[in-house]
Amino acid sequence: MNRRDYLLRRLGLSVVTILVVFVINFLLFRVLPGDPIRSVIGRNIRISAETQQALREQFGLDKPIFPDQLLDTFGQWVRGNLGISWSLRRPVSEVLMSKLWNTVILIGLGQILAIFLGVILGLLAGWKRKTAIDVGALTFSLVAWAIPTFWLGIILLAAGSTWFGFPTAGIVSPANTGKPLITVLPDLAHHLFLPTLTLTILYLGEYMLIMRSSILEVLSEDYILTAKAKGLSDWQVLWRHALRNALLPIVTLIALNLGFTVAGAIYIETVFSYDGLGKLFQTALTKQDYPLLQGAFILLAVSVIIANLAADLLYTVLDPRVKES
Amino acid sequence: MSDRWVLFMRNLRNFWRIFSHNKLGMLGAFLVFSAIFVAVFAPLLTPYAPTDTIRDANGRGMTFAPPSVHGPLGTDDAGRDIWSQLVYGARISLTVGFLAGFMAMFVGSLFGIMSGYFSGRVDNVLMRITDILLVIPDLPLMLILVATIRQMDLRISPTSVLIVVIGLLYWTSTARLIRSQVLTIKERQFVDRARAFGAGDWYIIRKHILPQIMPLIVANTVLILSTAILIESGLAFLGLGDPTKPSWGTMLNFAFDRNAVTNGAWWFYLPPGLAIVWVTLGCVLLGNVLEELLNPRLTEHHLEGDQNMIAIKRNGAE
Amino acid sequence: MSMQPLLSVRHLTTEFQLANNQVARALENVSFDVRPGQTLGLVGESGCGKTTTLMSVMRLLPASGRITEGNIYFKGTDLLTLSEREMRTFRWKEIAIIFQGSMNALNPVMKVGDQIREAILMHNPVEREAAEERVGELLELVGIQRQRGEQYPFQYSGGMRQRAMIAMALACSPALLFADEPTTALDVMIQAQVLELLKQIQRNLGLTIVLVTHDLGVIAEMCDEVVVMYGGKVAEYGTADLIYNQPQHPYTQRLLKAFPDLNRATESAESAGQDLVTIPGSPPRLNALPPGCRFNPRCEESMEICTQIAPDLVDMAAAGADARHLAACHLLKRMKIEDQ
Repeated sequence: MNRRDYLLRRLGLSVVTILVVFVINFLLFRVLPGDPIRSVIGRNIRISAETQQALREQFGLDKPIFPDQLLDTFGQWVRGNLGISWSLRRPVSEVLMSKLWNTVILIGLGQILAIFLGVILGLLAGWKRKTAIDVGALTFSLVAWAIPTFWLGIILLAAGSTWFGFPTAGIVSPANTGKPLITVLPDLAHHLFLPTLTLTILYLGEYMLIMRSSILEVLSEDYILTAKAKGLSDWQVLWRHALRNALLPIVTLIALNLGFTVAGAIYIETVFSYDGLGKLFQTALTKQDYPLLQGAFILLAVSVIIANLAADLLYTVLDPRVKES
Repeated sequence: MSDRWVLFMRNLRNFWRIFSHNKLGMLGAFLVFSAIFVAVFAPLLTPYAPTDTIRDANGRGMTFAPPSVHGPLGTDDAGRDIWSQLVYGARISLTVGFLAGFMAMFVGSLFGIMSGYFSGRVDNVLMRITDILLVIPDLPLMLILVATIRQMDLRISPTSVLIVVIGLLYWTSTARLIRSQVLTIKERQFVDRARAFGAGDWYIIRKHILPQIMPLIVANTVLILSTAILIESGLAFLGLGDPTKPSWGTMLNFAFDRNAVTNGAWWFYLPPGLAIVWVTLGCVLLGNVLEELLNPRLTEHHLEGDQNMIAIKRNGAE
Repeated sequence: MSMQPLLSVRHLTTEFQLANNQVARALENVSFDVRPGQTLGLVGESGCGKTTTLMSVMRLLPASGRITEGNIYFKGTDLLTLSEREMRTFRWKEIAIIFQGSMNALNPVMKVGDQIREAILMHNPVEREAAEERVGELLELVGIQRQRGEQYPFQYSGGMRQRAMIAMALACSPALLFADEPTTALDVMIQAQVLELLKQIQRNLGLTIVLVTHDLGVIAEMCDEVVVMYGGKVAEYGTADLIYNQPQHPYTQRLLKAFPDLNRATESAESAGQDLVTIPGSPPRLNALPPGCRFNPRCEESMEICTQIAPDLVDMAAAGADARHLAACHLLKRMKIEDQ
């Protein structure tokens, strides 16, 4: 079956991509000057030569790089052992998991809102071309695209905190730290508002543009004329025939956007001091905590790759025509 | 030789005739060129150097001073004039953006041409590389690349690192675009004829294919420029720029780190961002208009125009 | 014995607004009748306005199209006076259309059966089972197995898709069927099949058909009356018999010479050995129409008056004959006057 071949090919590509990520990750930290052990334990700790040697043996750094260290490391990563973060003194995987949901909530909320609003606006803009709503939507998207993510965050942060009393940092207020998020929803919502607003505004534009051009293309297809000739009203034509075809590129876009989404998370979480994976990545970068940095990179990259694969799968389900890519 | 020049000039004139009537395109061009102007003539536009501290009557540095007669955009946390930083920063932002953009365009065009023209294995390999690059999230990758390169003591300026990293990661969309264009052109007869004459591949590419895709490359480059400028500002904001040669992104990094927000110094964090939007918007408008002129798209769809379909004038009644 | 015509188009004039404020006159003063049970052929070169005529009647012109003059009487009602909503009740239920068999005339992500069912339910709200049954009947009517209604258009061959479109067009038992180049995109073998199907349906269901094509062979096989169009105007209009055997308009004559028809009823000795004759020149650009008769730049018999005044339709029928035969040509007018 053609669908199966297509998916197998995408699966193969995904595996290769993950391998590439692993290789990049592995090599990058081996090219740093100085003793590789420093990447693992940090630069500021003083240790004796014997301890250094012992640690080297423990971490397998005295073995040859190819293939021993490479395969060892890959094996570790696949098993979920991402090393120890020396700045936080905890296993990397543990640190990542503790921050993961915060980011997922933020990004998830922003994306869902952006998709919902973007699709509706795009539909209206394409259907009623050259009217006020179309021109307005286009202008908005254009400008939104040109605005740097973090800058919009800064502006909203300044305006929001000064004029509306929104908090400027954190996921919850200090008083509520450590409590399960379900129990402090209002506080969480209060903290989520500005960052989510920023993300939504920025993603909205792109979804609107894609939906608009998608709908324009679909509405000029022959079968739309056939539908109209059958006596359907404009709205019926849109709803029953145009929408499903026009939405297909959106699915692909969501997948393609995931990389962009991750970037957004890094910027927004930094600006709003929101304690998620993005801020973690930024902190690890500044502190040069390489195990943490590597682990975070793997997590982010693999998540995006898997999500892309899932989108491919979804697409084949939605479009009965998918044969060769 | 001169024939080709005459033809080229005529095409250029025709193009200008259409383009000058396009308001958005002209706006885009204005935005971009005014920014270039500011960057080039920076020293003429401000009496201060970006590192000068502005002092008040008593010789004390005026920190976080709002816009005034001394500095139209106020001062930063160390009393330096924001306007000066802005105009000098234009040089950095635009240079990095343009160089990175051109690099991406060059690599992308090269790969696109090779992929489209040679097909087969070359095409396969290049397209797989493109697929892989597209999936890996770009910002984390760039961050670790830049961080690693900087640690390597290679004596490359931070700015150059940024240029190279951006240029090496953003060629994929250009490559795809050029590739599909080349595929279309390759189908045309004159390519086969040229080959029958024994023309070499690179000759064909240079003489036949390149002129045809050049306008598309130009339009695409402008759009890539906008991306490059945005990315540079982002990386600089995260601290990966050169603090001694601040770009607009670096200015925003300073603003954020030095509490301009909490101090209410809007003149510190607003202007650099506005400058970025100014140039990026200009590039996007220009690029979109260019692309539209080169690849005009469909004009109408089936659910339009019902109201005007019957235009019969019957003795006054519609 | 002439009944009230089912469709009566009078002085239809349609324009298209072009980009630089120019106007293209796609149709000018087009008039013809279609009697119940008849098949009328609209024939001419590409761009002569055949499709635009159909689209004007159904009011499905593209956004730049404007009907500026005329009346379109269907069963007595002038369709051009109806609101859009009222017009929708006529579409498919009274007048259905088959488009040129492009890959995309049917929605590619919707099952064929579902699309036919939609047509049924649009105008006859019945139970789902009843509709399903009808879908099956229709498919069988055009020679497609019922089960294939569960498939998607891309799983059909070109000929099958066309037949599916015919099935869908018949869903509401319309009084009038428009067929826009129904065989053009198909292989010769399949063309014959589809035509045979149309003839069969017309016989069995008593349909009235307006057939648009540039293929004179198709016209010869199926049509009772023929409208020959050129440059948006009617050049000649009459029964198929008269058009084929006594073509009056220079354009019609050229057209017939360019189509060696193997099955022509009257095979004259001279035409048997003739080469294919093409008509030199190309059809006029609708935004830059030549003054006077639109065919005059390519007409061998063009006279002075042809470049100045557009000719009206002249009745060429023999006196007292029941059959209709009109042609718009100054030469014919002159000849007719001389005859009298």
